[in-house]
Amino acid sequence: MIDSKYFLKGFASIRGIRSPAIALGASFIAIGALLKNIGFTIQESIFSTFLTYALPGSLVMAESMIIGASLINIFIAVWLVNARLYPMTVSLMPLLMHKSQPKWKYYLSCHFIAVSSWLIMKDNYEQINKQSRIDFWIGIGVATWSVAIFSTVIGYLASDFLNEDVLIGLAIINPIYFTCMMVGAMKTIKISLSIILGAVLGPAFYFVSPEWCILFGGITAGTVAFLIGEINDK
Amino acid sequence: MTSNIVLVILITSFATFLSRFLGVLSSENIKETSKIFRWFNCLAYSTLAALIAKIVIFPSGLLSEVDYFVRIIVVILSIGLFFITKKNLVYPTIFSAIILSLFNSYL
Repeated sequence: MIDSKYFLKGFASIRGIRSPAIALGASFIAIGALLKNIGFTIQESIFSTFLTYALPGSLVMAESMIIGASLINIFIAVWLVNARLYPMTVSLMPLLMHKSQPKWKYYLSCHFIAVSSWLIMKDNYEQINKQSRIDFWIGIGVATWSVAIFSTVIGYLASDFLNEDVLIGLAIINPIYFTCMMVGAMKTIKISLSIILGAVLGPAFYFVSPEWCILFGGITAGTVAFLIGEINDK
Repeated sequence: MTSNIVLVILITSFATFLSRFLGVLSSENIKETSKIFRWFNCLAYSTLAALIAKIVIFPSGLLSEVDYFVRIIVVILSIGLFFITKKNLVYPTIFSAIILSLFNSYL
C-alpha cells in the first residue's frame, strides 16, 4: 500500500542540518501555550493542530476568538490566510501524481501541505522516482505533522513556564526558518523574482487591504515573475 | 470570546482543508510541463514570500511588540549566518531566537 522504504526516507527528513523540527516545534509550542491561555482544554488543542496543521490559520483562529468574531468571520479570515495552500497544492501534486498510485493517497495526504513540508518536498522530489514520490511525501507529512502535534502538547503543558521573552524568541524562529528556506530555493530567475517581488508587494498591498494583502500581493508578484521568466526562457 | 471551541476548530480546519482539497482536484488535469503549472509554481512561491514578509514587517501578536528595526536586523543577520554555515537551517533559527530575546531585553 505504502512503500515503507520511501516512507521512511521521507520521514527521516526531520533529522539533520536542514531539519524543520526546531522551527516547527518552536512555533507549535507557542501555539500550544496560546491555546491554553484562551481557554482550550488539552484535548481541544491537540484536536486543533491535528485537524488544521497550518500555523497562520491557527493563529488567526485564536485571534478571532479573542475578539469574539462570529463563526462566518472566522471561516473567511482563516480561508483568506490559508488560500495560499491552493497554489502550493497545485504546484506540488502534479509532481507526485502517478497512474499506478491510488487517488485516496493524494486526497488524504494533501492535509500535510504546509510551508515546511512543501519546501522540503520541493527541495528533494527530483531525487525520487516519480512512482514513489507520493510515499516519500507521506513520510515527510507524517513526520512534520507529528512534530507539530507533539509540540502543541509540550507548549500547552509548559505554558506556565513560558514568559513573554521566551515566547517572543519562539515567535521569530518560524519566519526565520521560512526566510532561509526561501532564500535557499532561489535557483532560477522565475523563482527568485517570485520570492523577491512577493516579499515586496505583500507588505506593500497591506496599505490597500491588510486582509487581502497576501493574496493580492502574491498573485501580482507571481504573475509578473512568471511573465518575465517565460520571456526570458524563450 | 466565541463559545463553542469544537465548532470553531472544525470551521478552521474546514476552511484550511478546502484549499488543499481543491488543489488536488485541479492537479488531476494539470501536467507538470504545462504553462499553468509553471504559473502556479510562481504563485506559490510569491504568496509564501508575501506571507512571510507580512509576518516580519506587520506582525500580529507578540512580535509586534518588538521594534521594527530590531526585527529587520535579526532577519538580515540570520540570512548571513545561513550562508556562512553553508545553508544550515538549524543554526540561524536558534541564533535568531536568542539574539531577538537579547536585543529585546537590552536595547
